[in-house]
Amino acid sequence: MSEPTLELDCRAMLCPQPIIELARHLGDIEVGEVLALVATDPAARYDVAAWCRMREQELIGTEVTADGATRYRVRRLS
Amino acid sequence: MGVSDGAAYLDAASSLPLHPAAREVLLAALDQGYADPRRLHGPARQARLLLDNARAVVAQALGTRSDEVTFTSSGTDAVHRGLLGLVLGRSGGPREVSHTAVEHSAVLHAARWSVDRLGGSASSLPVDHTGRVLLDALPRIGVLAVQAANHEVGTLQPVEEVRDLVDPDAEVFVDACSSMGRLPLPGGWSALAGSAHKWGGPAGVGVLLVRKGVRWRSPFPLDDRVDPRASGFEDVPAALAAAAALQAVVVEREEVNARHTAMIERIRVAAAALEDTEVVGDPVRRLPHLVTFSCLYVAGDALVHELARRGFGVASGSACTSSALEPSHVLAAMGALTHGNVRVSLTRDTTEAQVEEFCAVLPEVVAGLRR
Repeated sequence: MSEPTLELDCRAMLCPQPIIELARHLGDIEVGEVLALVATDPAARYDVAAWCRMREQELIGTEVTADGATRYRVRRLS
Repeated sequence: MGVSDGAAYLDAASSLPLHPAAREVLLAALDQGYADPRRLHGPARQARLLLDNARAVVAQALGTRSDEVTFTSSGTDAVHRGLLGLVLGRSGGPREVSHTAVEHSAVLHAARWSVDRLGGSASSLPVDHTGRVLLDALPRIGVLAVQAANHEVGTLQPVEEVRDLVDPDAEVFVDACSSMGRLPLPGGWSALAGSAHKWGGPAGVGVLLVRKGVRWRSPFPLDDRVDPRASGFEDVPAALAAAAALQAVVVEREEVNARHTAMIERIRVAAAALEDTEVVGDPVRRLPHLVTFSCLYVAGDALVHELARRGFGVASGSACTSSALEPSHVLAAMGALTHGNVRVSLTRDTTEAQVEEFCAVLPEVVAGLRR
């Protein structure tokens, strides 16, 4: 299943705030579930992937939203 | 703690204070090297002598020929002339430029300019997580720009392996701005660029090397100066001071590099011991004086400001410290964390006490910003 259980709206937040929100809320979902993070900060493009690598979580996909933000889907692995 | 306690400039990779050897020479040359080195009178011949001497000293320090050395108006100018001159030197065929994804922005801008103004194409070559260019993705033809060492993370590039892999008529341009003087030049370059203020010479002096026999054509309007590869009136005193600094740095580098390697290892260990912190770049095949790390959940600008408040001048590749609010393309290409980024680079005067002090304040600075 890759439909998000939870979506975080981090539009207009600058680095590292979206990553702080991601780390803060991944624990709100169960292992195996997916969290979506929506951000406009250009650094999030790289830092969501880097955070997932460092924290051994899975970035399963990114897509552009209707308003031009980026939506990152992260599966909680642990 | 006040700013003056243990105040340390740890941003050598951006620019260095003038080397003492350069200061002496610069002051003497200001009085002797003012005339036009192309004229025939006494003061002109004196200026010409000093300029030729500067060229010979640089050639000797770099292990190259005097007629391969050109003084330019900056490292960036040397990069532009070097790379674009190789592109223009190619007779017929498509003008293909490829560059590693982690080149300095001067190379990236020159590559873009080449496509816009000279035609042809430019492509970016991927790197691994240490920032080293992937050799199996290498094109075999055209002009390849491969830096000697990365200016942000210190990783050395396999320039000679690149040379061996490409076609004999491909040209390799090497941006050696971050390593010139500190390390011997890699072999295999067709043209190469350096920047004096990064080895302790004055700003406003670049060095361009063009290998004898390589086809190179000036990308810019010609000038009737001493050296046809450059334009503008020669800054003889600055060139001589840059040469003196380079010579001094080469003489002392074995001792300085050994010291720096150990100090950087100390900082790498201290940074790696911080919670949620990633030290980036190759741990071994690297510049001796530079280390970069990224701390999760901390803003790079806050880190730079807080360290500055405590007397440590460092750089950062985080987006919030750049004018464009874009993160460092180097860190991005490596897949490294771009926020909370700090680059520490040492000068020849950096002391062990300063490094210890830095390592001591780092944990509380990072913890304080995360609170």
